[in-house]
Amino acid sequence: MEVDPEQSASAPVTAVPAPAVSEPHPAWQRVLLARHPKRPHSLDYIERLFTDFQEIHGDRAFGDDSAIVAGLAHFEDRPVAVVAEQKGRDTKQKLIRNFGMPKPEGYRKALRVMQLAAKFRRPVITLLDTPGAYPGIDAEERGQAEAIARNLREMSRLPVPVISVCIGEGGSGGALALGVGNVVLMMENAVYSVISPESCAAIIYRDSGKAEQAAAALRLTAEDLESYGLIDGIVPEPAGGAQENPEGAADNLRGFLRRYLDELSALSADRLVEHRYAKFRKMGNFFA
Amino acid sequence: MSWFKRDKPAGEKLPTLETGERRVRTEGLWQKCEGCRQIIWKKDLEANWNVCPKCGSHSRIDAIARLKLLCDDGAYLEFDAGLASSDPLGFVDSKPYRDRLLETQETTNLADALISVAGKLDGRPVHMCSMEPKFIGGSMGSVVGEKIARAIERAIEKRTPLIIVSASGGARMQEGAISLMQMAKISAALMRMDEARLPYISVLTDPTTGGVTASFAMLGDLNIAEPGALIGFAGPRVIEQTIRQKLPEGFQRSEFLLKHGMLDAVVPRLEMKSFLSKSLKFFAG
Ligand SMILES: [Zn+2]
Repeated sequence: MEVDPEQSASAPVTAVPAPAVSEPHPAWQRVLLARHPKRPHSLDYIERLFTDFQEIHGDRAFGDDSAIVAGLAHFEDRPVAVVAEQKGRDTKQKLIRNFGMPKPEGYRKALRVMQLAAKFRRPVITLLDTPGAYPGIDAEERGQAEAIARNLREMSRLPVPVISVCIGEGGSGGALALGVGNVVLMMENAVYSVISPESCAAIIYRDSGKAEQAAAALRLTAEDLESYGLIDGIVPEPAGGAQENPEGAADNLRGFLRRYLDELSALSADRLVEHRYAKFRKMGNFFA
Repeated sequence: MSWFKRDKPAGEKLPTLETGERRVRTEGLWQKCEGCRQIIWKKDLEANWNVCPKCGSHSRIDAIARLKLLCDDGAYLEFDAGLASSDPLGFVDSKPYRDRLLETQETTNLADALISVAGKLDGRPVHMCSMEPKFIGGSMGSVVGEKIARAIERAIEKRTPLIIVSASGGARMQEGAISLMQMAKISAALMRMDEARLPYISVLTDPTTGGVTASFAMLGDLNIAEPGALIGFAGPRVIEQTIRQKLPEGFQRSEFLLKHGMLDAVVPRLEMKSFLSKSLKFFAG
């Protein structure tokens, strides 16, 4: 969306830094909820929303990345592919899932499954929940950047409906690599950001402890993203957050998936690609 | 020559003098090469496009110098020069983003971190984008995203090749998730370029990291880099903090990426134009 100078001048000029009071800034409360230890993760949604989920593994090139779960499933009798970022809950699971930080082989597995779905004209549903793509030597050696970049380009031409849902942490390019959907949704207490509040605070305040202030400045809540035209809808969570009632959260998401699958399934392959392109093409904010 | 290497720490005020419309920094006539540690006469370095005449080490050049080096007769037609950020978040760090933009626009004489042009390369019409690392680290916000998307659309419309020379720390934090989405926007536009079967060559220069590497910089029909450039997804400091160990020598440099199969070639700056020309001849006849 382009803005004219007048319009922008009337917008708030400064991000309001969090005053030093007991109540956390609302954006930071969202960050805490998005990372809540009991928050439902991808597999918690998958088991509630899909039937016949069959996980399939591996990128056919290097290995299988457990930070990404992919499989064939049914959503209310409709065959769909599911590709999701998965965090662990206990220490052992966290290590197995690499804290939900995918490596290149994870992104390549994700793409493989999405293209498999496309071949058989099945819709793709992706669930985003990662602190970010893994920053490590091995990931760099195997082309973390290339893997993410390729997913962005290839997702944009999938000839099938793609629905992406940010269920928790939308950690920058690591989340976006599964997020080029015809419809992109966020759970009410999810966050989606170009950089983590901690890293942002380390850069701008030279103090990662000021993450709360950074969270406010980054405009990373579902309402923020919706206001900038970056997402298509917000899925309400039960009172107190999804962790209080995972069943209720999944029920709410089910309604959204049903509605958008119905709408998108009416479009031809060409229209789906065109629709997705037009949506992302509009994203931006500048003076001409 | 129109560029000047900055070898002093940022923050140290350099004397400036006005010469006509351009600001010239008088930093002294000599400069120490980062590669061989020898003292080089600055004019020699500049005449050699900031490649050390003694050891071949490449230091950065600005976006305009790059275009002069690659375009025939140093001539080009610029597009979208006036596109500027609207500070959508009202972002404030050590100073308001709005002020930071104004200051950077003043010192670089650019509206944002990328110049988009049409020119000729050995007689062949091309569209070219060149990033300016001195503009907030060459970071990519809405303006960079929009300029590249338009350049791609222009290349498709005119059926010309596209060359993008990257020099960027990644997505621009000060525009939040709007910057992030530029990665998807540009990559989707490159999908169209791909479908149109038009050549896109990505030239990666020091530094190319973060969301720029993880989108258009790695999506070329050819991805080629200058020697010694820092190229990666995560920054070296972030990786060190995560894995709590020192990084190996040469990690995330062009030669490292070449060895790991992530680049098509490492090409010295002074041979770049010839390499591009030959490649385009292959692709487009
Ligand atoms: Zn030297």
